[in-house]
Amino acid sequence: MDYIGEHRLPGQLGHFFLVLSLVASLVAAFAYFKSAHKDMHPDAPYWKRLGRIAFLIEVFSVFAIFGILFYIISNHLFEYKYAWQHSSRSLEVKYLLACFWEGQEGSFLLWSVWHCVLGLFLLTRKKEWEAPVMSVLSFVQFCLATMIAGIYIFGWKMGSNPFILLRDSGVLDSAPALHLDFDVSKAFRPDYMLSIKDGNDLNPLLQNYWMVIHPPVLFMGFASTTIPFAFTIAGLWKKKFGEWVSDTLPWALFCGAVLGVGIMMGGMWAYESLTFGGYWAWDPVENASLVPWMVMIAGIHTLLVYKHTGYSLRATHLFFILSFALILYSTFLTRSGILGESSVHAFTDEGMNWQLIAFMSVFVLPALGLFFKRYSEIPAIRKEEATSSREFWMFIGSLVFFLSAIVIIAKTSLPVFNKIFGSHIAPPENPEYAYNQIQVFVAIILGTLTAIGQYLKYKQTTSGFFWKKIGIPTLIAAVAATLILVFGDVNYKKETYGFMIAIWGAVVAAVYAIIANASYLWLGIKGKLKIAGGSIAHIGFGMVLLGILISSSKKEILSNNIEGAPVAVGPNEDPRDNLTLFEGIPSKMGQYTLTYESDSQHPKKELWFYNIRFKRNDGKEEFMLQPNAFVNYKGREGLMANPSAKHYWDHDVFTYITFLPNPAAEKDTAKFNTSIAKAGDTIFYSKGFIILDTVTSQSNLPEEIFGKDGSLQQAVLKVHAKTGSLYTISPKMARAKGETVALPDTLTAEGVIFQLQNVHRDNTIELGVKESAALSKFITLKAYKFPFILLLWLGVIVTATGMLMSMFQRITQQRTKKQAGA
Amino acid sequence: MKKIHIALLVLIAASIAVLISFLKTATTYDSINIAMSKPGKFVHVMAQLDKTQPIEYDAVKNPNYLRFTVFDSTGARFQVVYHNAKPDNMEMSDKLVLKGRYENDHFECKDIQTKCPSKYKDNMAAAKKEAASSTSGSTN
Repeated sequence: MDYIGEHRLPGQLGHFFLVLSLVASLVAAFAYFKSAHKDMHPDAPYWKRLGRIAFLIEVFSVFAIFGILFYIISNHLFEYKYAWQHSSRSLEVKYLLACFWEGQEGSFLLWSVWHCVLGLFLLTRKKEWEAPVMSVLSFVQFCLATMIAGIYIFGWKMGSNPFILLRDSGVLDSAPALHLDFDVSKAFRPDYMLSIKDGNDLNPLLQNYWMVIHPPVLFMGFASTTIPFAFTIAGLWKKKFGEWVSDTLPWALFCGAVLGVGIMMGGMWAYESLTFGGYWAWDPVENASLVPWMVMIAGIHTLLVYKHTGYSLRATHLFFILSFALILYSTFLTRSGILGESSVHAFTDEGMNWQLIAFMSVFVLPALGLFFKRYSEIPAIRKEEATSSREFWMFIGSLVFFLSAIVIIAKTSLPVFNKIFGSHIAPPENPEYAYNQIQVFVAIILGTLTAIGQYLKYKQTTSGFFWKKIGIPTLIAAVAATLILVFGDVNYKKETYGFMIAIWGAVVAAVYAIIANASYLWLGIKGKLKIAGGSIAHIGFGMVLLGILISSSKKEILSNNIEGAPVAVGPNEDPRDNLTLFEGIPSKMGQYTLTYESDSQHPKKELWFYNIRFKRNDGKEEFMLQPNAFVNYKGREGLMANPSAKHYWDHDVFTYITFLPNPAAEKDTAKFNTSIAKAGDTIFYSKGFIILDTVTSQSNLPEEIFGKDGSLQQAVLKVHAKTGSLYTISPKMARAKGETVALPDTLTAEGVIFQLQNVHRDNTIELGVKESAALSKFITLKAYKFPFILLLWLGVIVTATGMLMSMFQRITQQRTKKQAGA
Repeated sequence: MKKIHIALLVLIAASIAVLISFLKTATTYDSINIAMSKPGKFVHVMAQLDKTQPIEYDAVKNPNYLRFTVFDSTGARFQVVYHNAKPDNMEMSDKLVLKGRYENDHFECKDIQTKCPSKYKDNMAAAKKEAASSTSGSTN
């Protein structure tokens, strides 16, 4: 049957390229494997050429798939489930890419695209490693291709196809209006597309520019862990142990920089658009991407140790294998739906769990098997490292970083543990503290090692040399850290005193890391910027540590609601964090006075902006924050809030909406209650009482408006609200041209309308009082102060810059070496 | 034995100790009856909002006081007090993960996680709605 309004061509092309990429990647993997396996055989170059051609076809197919899917989304072809599920017509163009990676298929595709880009770079470089490395990479590509293949094999669905039609996806099956004769057992109506006018749209929380750029960077980081892994496997396979380190180092540094930035961009997205009040919550999804990065960094350090001294090659192998393995594990954790109970932002289960487990096993098990099989053949130095050597402490540092990563992922894996053993273990009462109380000690060790590491020499350091060099930086750091602790008031009393002292220790270590590495730029390498990458990355790392420590331990809740709390805060309870503001009524909050001034709506969406004026009580400053919220977005009831922050160099003031009156309940249904009163009388209403002050009458009125015998009566009322506030209100009543018009007065803060309904000759009045919740326009918000958050963001940039500088320096170094060799 | 091996063993032992102590601080997922049988103990309870009972929340009076009733799969129910703003999508959620302790006559909740019906089901509902609204112009 032909359906009206469907565009089938993009989907058919998409299907074609999906299959082509699946086949081409398998051919590439196999051909490269043959070429690498028998590299002395005369056929080897032919296999290699075949591998290369297949890989290029694969690259072309993946780009084609990417392009077609983007075409479908950007042209709103809602006959395709992917476009319908993730986008809509009202969505801004800039968020179209965010729709692309909202779904599992799109994000797998993104990952695959980056592998292609990295593979193309690899092809232009190292020829002797091409076959084994590309064989591994192509096989990873093949596995990714199966994830989006959507092919049925013996009734078992492999992968999830992004080009599936909406009518084939089952979503419409139970909608009678779309079927012939309104019978869901019959075929779809040929004009069913007329009913599919708009898509389901992108989740409003993802409608943020960080969601456009954070996933590509993060997935580039994911993809780049494959390269050190592939080199490691190639080395083990061809028994060329450690010969790959110089080639791998720039890739590993690139991976460290990009993955690190990707993770922290995720933190920035969380900070700017989620409302847990921070950038990091030790959420399983966050941990799952942090841990491979930590292991990669450990690997970079042991690799440097090996390069300079010959030690730690075995550890380097293990770290590079595990870094990639943990990427696969994190893919499994976030996409299998196993985190369901414990994470806020994991993908939902798409029924691909076994495939994900297979993806993981097919790499991890053989890789570890090969590693242990070859373990004794991997060269290692028997002689012990001197405790005064740089390599000894670098190894210790890497080991601590690695073990800390393992501890984090083990804690994160609680849901997996529960699933396997059928247990019901839940995270501790304070899950963040459970991580922090351990990681603070890791920060102390790593901060200190980062500080002294470069002042130690490889092989051996004489204590005279060491102290002469590091003496002055140590002294400066000690003074700086003391000043910060004394004047910075870094006192985190929520947990134990031991924890507070550990935080102090970590602050000292972080300051030491910054100052010692900054000094090293002059003392160690005499300002030669070319080779300063390492020191700069370490300065950045110190800044990140310090930023994390200060911003988290000095985070303050500004919106503490002191007034009107009916129950006292108990010893173990959190403070009351939410504050309600009425439109136009200033409320005090800490050192600020807040006024909810107005709100406005986005021209196209159900997105509301709330203008809140922050005025410092000392009158020195005034600014406006504009947190926003999606209200009943696309018919989905509820509120999705985005925070807003005012940035200073040393802190952020951060606020978001936690509650809004339900707009649906705002319909005015209450009626006026009429009371009769004369001056001095008291009228009660539910939120207080009213005293009638005076009643006045005016009769000398302009005739063109009021007519001949016009008059205007006015009652002045004093309203004593239960909250202790006193208001003066004056409803009026006009008699004009024979008609009576009531001019009611509204007391917004209390949600009451007063209507003067009649005035008798003896000046008794009939007063209508209407109470309505809808009148009191209010918002409830939370506000925080984050000190020194800028230091953290800066630290991330500095670290990444340092790593990229090192990467370029290593690339040049290698090139010059090669030229010298040739 | 090399110093580095000693360091390795010490650090691995420390990591294991950390994980064991983590398991000791870990809590449990419990049913309402079990949570009620151990008052004062911090637990995770998975339950459903009882929509027949009132949800007490007035942001105007006190934005930090929420009281509602939940029940779980065994049919047991209790009242929950949460000293925070009302989670926006609470009424729509099909499951609530409540973290806190049972005290006196109610569950004192420190944190609520709302689990909404999966996106897919949402889609179904939306599609049906849309389909229903488009029936007007169609005769066949």
